[in-house]
Amino acid sequence: MNNNLFVVIAASAIFYGTPIFFAALGELLTERSGVLNLGVEGMMLIGAVTASWGSQHVSGPSWFIVLASILLGALAASILAAIYAFLAITLKVNQTVAGLALTIFAGGVGLSSYLANTWKVAVRPTPHPIRKLNVLGLAAKPVVGPLLFNHTILTYASWVLAIVATYYLFHTRTGLHLRAVGESPQTADAMGVSVTAFRYVHTIVGGALAGVGGVVYSLAIVPTWVDGMTKGVGWIAIALVIFGFWRPDLTLLGAYLFGGLSSLGLTLKARNVHINGSILDALPFVTTIVVLVVVSTGWARKRLGAPAALGVAYQREER
Amino acid sequence: MRSPLRFERRLSQPRWLTVAVPLLSLLAALILGAIVLLATGRNPFATYHRIFERGFASQSALSGTLKSATPLAFTGLCASVAFRMGLVNIGGEGQLFGGAIGAAWAGIALGEQSPGVVFLAMLIGGALGGASFALVAGILRAKFATNEIITTLMLNYVAGILLNHLIFNSTSYWRDPKSAGFPTGKAIGTSARWSAVTIGQLAIPRGWIVAMIAGILVWVLYRKTRFGFEVSVISDSPAAARYAGMSTTRKILSVMALSGALAGLGGASDIGDFRHVLDAKGLQLSGYGYTGIVVAALARLNPLATLVVAVIMGGLTNAGFALQGPDFPSGLVGTLQGLILFTAVAGEVLTRYRIRLTHRHSTPTVAAR
Repeated sequence: MNNNLFVVIAASAIFYGTPIFFAALGELLTERSGVLNLGVEGMMLIGAVTASWGSQHVSGPSWFIVLASILLGALAASILAAIYAFLAITLKVNQTVAGLALTIFAGGVGLSSYLANTWKVAVRPTPHPIRKLNVLGLAAKPVVGPLLFNHTILTYASWVLAIVATYYLFHTRTGLHLRAVGESPQTADAMGVSVTAFRYVHTIVGGALAGVGGVVYSLAIVPTWVDGMTKGVGWIAIALVIFGFWRPDLTLLGAYLFGGLSSLGLTLKARNVHINGSILDALPFVTTIVVLVVVSTGWARKRLGAPAALGVAYQREER
Repeated sequence: MRSPLRFERRLSQPRWLTVAVPLLSLLAALILGAIVLLATGRNPFATYHRIFERGFASQSALSGTLKSATPLAFTGLCASVAFRMGLVNIGGEGQLFGGAIGAAWAGIALGEQSPGVVFLAMLIGGALGGASFALVAGILRAKFATNEIITTLMLNYVAGILLNHLIFNSTSYWRDPKSAGFPTGKAIGTSARWSAVTIGQLAIPRGWIVAMIAGILVWVLYRKTRFGFEVSVISDSPAAARYAGMSTTRKILSVMALSGALAGLGGASDIGDFRHVLDAKGLQLSGYGYTGIVVAALARLNPLATLVVAVIMGGLTNAGFALQGPDFPSGLVGTLQGLILFTAVAGEVLTRYRIRLTHRHSTPTVAAR
């Protein structure tokens, strides 16, 4: 039963969708504050490489090493996000170019690769990977086992985060302020909400989440270091925020769709189904383009829900 | 939370600033790079000295640098041309792959014809290959207002997968059928190899000469023609352009095609000047497209300055190739180039604003609540 093709595809969609969701949720929070950070791919890779380092150098009980590695990855990525925040929010530079700069600086042929070579993290697989749990001993139960009770701790954390983020955005006062900052910073400013502080905090938290997304790659999915191992997922995450209409719940669904697409090749190969590998490799990227076209046209455009001030620096003197 | 920095918009940009700021950006990036090197236990002076030596200090180093600079000049022009109209084409990478595929096809198919014919065919093949990838994003942008940042980026990955497919996953026209074990590309014909122009010991790749001509033509196109004028109007004020009856759709398509064709010529130069086969792995590891964005930003989108900056970045890349090893890990050059882009972007602020430090208590307090 649990070997059923659909169950396997759904379970791996959740496994491979988890890092996409972390990155997309981070970007969603950042964009809700009106800041567009195109540096997701770079922040993910820095998170991934730092966590690899942590896994090999932190000492202590295994659970502590894993936790410390995750936190180190989040911290490293949030430092990058803070640099970006300074450029985009305080210096008010062009956010598109600054975000690109972040990805080029930290990306697959940049700092993440340099650090990996300097720290020699690629020489052996991660000694303390994040393992799948057998929650309440139910992992072997038919269908629900692999779907609900056999995931890594980060997947469960992502489910909690999806609920918390939805509640935060739509049911708390701070969430309301956040949306105001993204929609109309002038109004928020007039209400006494600090636009700068909101933007800094959410950009940095967004970076930390992207870092955790990278950690899922280097500690759970692969689990070792490969240069550029996120393979464009950071960019898919940015597109996903648009498909998810800037809502955490829809973004989670979208992340699993793309998780399923990107793991389809592996799943089918394991079952000796022969489909051209190149087509399967290209599927997530082509699907992103197609969905983006659908979203940017017709009925969808009216209810997009993009924060009105997205990508626009706020300056009180220049209204 | 009130920032102590105050930004006053400059009414005019002093000319000296447009030269001083990129130079200062470069210097700042070197200082930041030195911090990264120190933090990871390396001597920045020794490292920079070796980069300078292997990138610029001799005629043979300069010859290698020009070889590395050629694709960067093309991808830099690709980014400049599009960014100038506000089209964020970050697909130079994939468009260069497309150009390499087109040029390699011409080089294999016509490899034994007369060199002039093959050369021209490779340029056309490269330009068409690059333009076709860019036009996918261009058409989607023009017809459906689809965000070109994401589509061009996704197409980079699609183009990379296409390269892998042609060389590793199929028995395509581009793959060498004799390559046992690790599949490689088929070598282009002997007359398809671009011979360099030599001055003394300095070898100037033919692709570099094409890049210089292309740079000058782009400069003329954007400075001296109606086309260039319309592009700058559309970029500054889409509404004004609409009232003046300019067709934005047609401009998007032609600018994207031009931008992609330029990157595609970079791919052709990689085949003709440099590798002589379609090297799927090597092309993807080079990151020409992304570095081209750094080049364009540092050149402040000026096509002629793009050529100069390409030589600087090409020197870095070339030194990176030559020095790669345990104490000069790959990724170092990319890190430095990323830092340069960061400081160039931050430096832009200095040309647009005059920044003043203000004292907190002297700023007029706005009623907060």
